[in-house]
Amino acid sequence: MAIEKFPVEAGHIMLFARAVGDGNPIYYDEAYARTKEPGSIIAPPTFVQASAQFDPDYRLRPKIGQPWFGSGKEPTGVPPSSGGGGTGLHAEQHYEYHRHPKPGDVLTATSRPGQTWERQGRRSGKLIFTETITEYRDQHGELVVTARGVGVRTERPVEQS
Amino acid sequence: MALSARQLKVGDTHSEQVVDNLTRTQIVQYAGASGDYNPIHTDEVYTTQVAGYPSVFAHGMLTMGLTGTMLTNYVGDGCLTKFGVRFTKQVWPGDTLTANATVEAIREEGGQRFVDLQLSTVNQNGEEVLSGYASARIDP
Repeated sequence: MAIEKFPVEAGHIMLFARAVGDGNPIYYDEAYARTKEPGSIIAPPTFVQASAQFDPDYRLRPKIGQPWFGSGKEPTGVPPSSGGGGTGLHAEQHYEYHRHPKPGDVLTATSRPGQTWERQGRRSGKLIFTETITEYRDQHGELVVTARGVGVRTERPVEQS
Repeated sequence: MALSARQLKVGDTHSEQVVDNLTRTQIVQYAGASGDYNPIHTDEVYTTQVAGYPSVFAHGMLTMGLTGTMLTNYVGDGCLTKFGVRFTKQVWPGDTLTANATVEAIREEGGQRFVDLQLSTVNQNGEEVLSGYASARIDP
């Protein structure tokens, strides 16, 4: 994944903060934020995840004119081919903040694969873990956030106890 | 305002209920804000009939975001230097989550003080749905 342009916008930060149930005015009120230590609106700690909005190839967003695997007339819009009953799930997420993004920043994101490993799961069969490291840099090339995500693909849906 | 090392000691805890009776609408709200529209979070028909789960469930990142709300309320705005989590159990509509932070260490690095926290978010049955850690800058 490479994202060439992730413009950090105040409205997007407000919507994101609302979605995670965070009413802190540091995320939407510029006048309030000026009186606080950050000196401006900043993004909540997990906001860079929303860079997916600016990834042209992001798989989990319906694309104009293309079939989508969610339901419409049928329970899925794409015939099951690659599946096998498993699900891709998020196993871990780690962030290191060099500073906190703020409106006006234009970030880029570059990702590289990390390690891959397997484990036998008790409730979902074989688990395949893959790690991705993403660096978010600002318009001056300065590192803003380093992210490390671990995804897991299960052999079958996770059994519910 | 940042926390102060003078007021902190190892073992201190901070807890907040970060969601009460999680709604499908909040999960959809998170999908819209984050851009992750995976139908396993937003589409009950797909999730029950194709993916094989009893209902849609929350994005792990929604649970991390909710936990982050507790965290920044505790350590102050713009002070976080590290935040990492493992998702240990799925979160379902109707769940009520409480996020907990425990002070693990107070340390100094290059003249700056930091607090290291251990994180645990649990559901209404006391089951852990997220475990993790965070570090934040603090005042002397």
